[in-house]
Amino acid sequence: MSVKTLTIDGKAVSAAEGDSVLEAAREAGIEIPTLCHLDGLTDIGACRMCLVEVTGSNKLLPACSTRVAEGMEVRTNTEQLRKYRRMVVELLFAERNHICAACVANGHCELQDVGIAVGMDHVRYDYLYPNLKVDVTHPLYGMDQNRCILCARCVRVCDEIEGAHTWDVLGRGVKARVTTDLNQPWGEAQSCTSCGKCVMACPTGAIFKLGSTVEESVKERGKLAFLKTARDKKQWVL
Amino acid sequence: MSKLRFASVWMGGCSGCHMSFLDLDEFLFDLADKVEVVYSPVADVKTYPENVDVCLVEGAIANRDNLELIHTIRRNTRVVAAFGDCAVTGNVTGMRNPLGGPEIVLDVAYRNGQVLRPQIPDDEGVVPPLVPKVSPVHVVVPVDLYIPGCPPSAKRIRAVLERVVAGQPVEMIGRDLLKFG
Repeated sequence: MSVKTLTIDGKAVSAAEGDSVLEAAREAGIEIPTLCHLDGLTDIGACRMCLVEVTGSNKLLPACSTRVAEGMEVRTNTEQLRKYRRMVVELLFAERNHICAACVANGHCELQDVGIAVGMDHVRYDYLYPNLKVDVTHPLYGMDQNRCILCARCVRVCDEIEGAHTWDVLGRGVKARVTTDLNQPWGEAQSCTSCGKCVMACPTGAIFKLGSTVEESVKERGKLAFLKTARDKKQWVL
Repeated sequence: MSKLRFASVWMGGCSGCHMSFLDLDEFLFDLADKVEVVYSPVADVKTYPENVDVCLVEGAIANRDNLELIHTIRRNTRVVAAFGDCAVTGNVTGMRNPLGGPEIVLDVAYRNGQVLRPQIPDDEGVVPPLVPKVSPVHVVVPVDLYIPGCPPSAKRIRAVLERVVAGQPVEMIGRDLLKFG
């Protein structure tokens, strides 16, 4: 496999051909904020948090799904990018009912974390206040549409790691919802193995363990990294 | 130097932010040396005064009294601070918005399933009527400073007030100052 050399924020970086700009940046210790990215899952560039500037491109590119190229010049933290990232986070908060104080993920939520990272002290856009459902038909887990940011990590972890493909996205645009089986209540979704990987993958309080307090609801992302390492490298290390 | 004219108000919120304010403990003595409390739920003042330097606004704009008072506050105040998540985002107070207008919400809370004389007090001047939609403060009037938190911790309130009292600009950066909830 050939090696590509590029610069990220002025720093010379080398990466393997086929690596994403995000992987190359993180390897070099340059942090780019993400939401829909989860190590081990196919990147889909859905959340636009990781947008970067690339010299020669007149549009912003998602670092997670842009491959490194020889001589590429990448900027990850310009004023324009900081402005757009904050807009992205504010729009996510405005789109559904994210009430941190009444959320099971309060204190360990990736949406809350990026809000802090981008310096969001309030939301400038009008809140939409959609009337959304909470599905608690599954015996172990619950799904709260109010907290969903449509990152589709649940969809991908269920399909790519568990192999069940219980989750999918129904509808388009502002009407899009994650859904189980053919839009059935989760408790009636026959393809669900109740493995709980969607709970581990969900960045917010949208998918959660029933009966858990806020303090108990820390997502166990380590288990997904364990499975990823086991598959890629045949190393079964916890 | 004359003392800062300081106010705090309690709008559509649970008063938890004011409880957290009282949690400032001995810092309240330092604060009392530097500010004059001209209006507050903890002071017996009936009308919002003029020439207020800084006002902490707890709670969202949920009823007609809130709406009238916030406009008075904006007119008479140099620095209006949205104090806590209800003021900044609508938060728990705003959870009625997805359900529809106030009638639906009041029905659920006070009429449906009530056996003993289900009613809503609606005599003029008794309980202020709810506005159709709960709003964060900045949707109604311009806000100069946002202090998130449900409630903001005493540490966070102190960090902000120390700078406000010293006349320094307040920059809300980092988890200690910015985390919601």
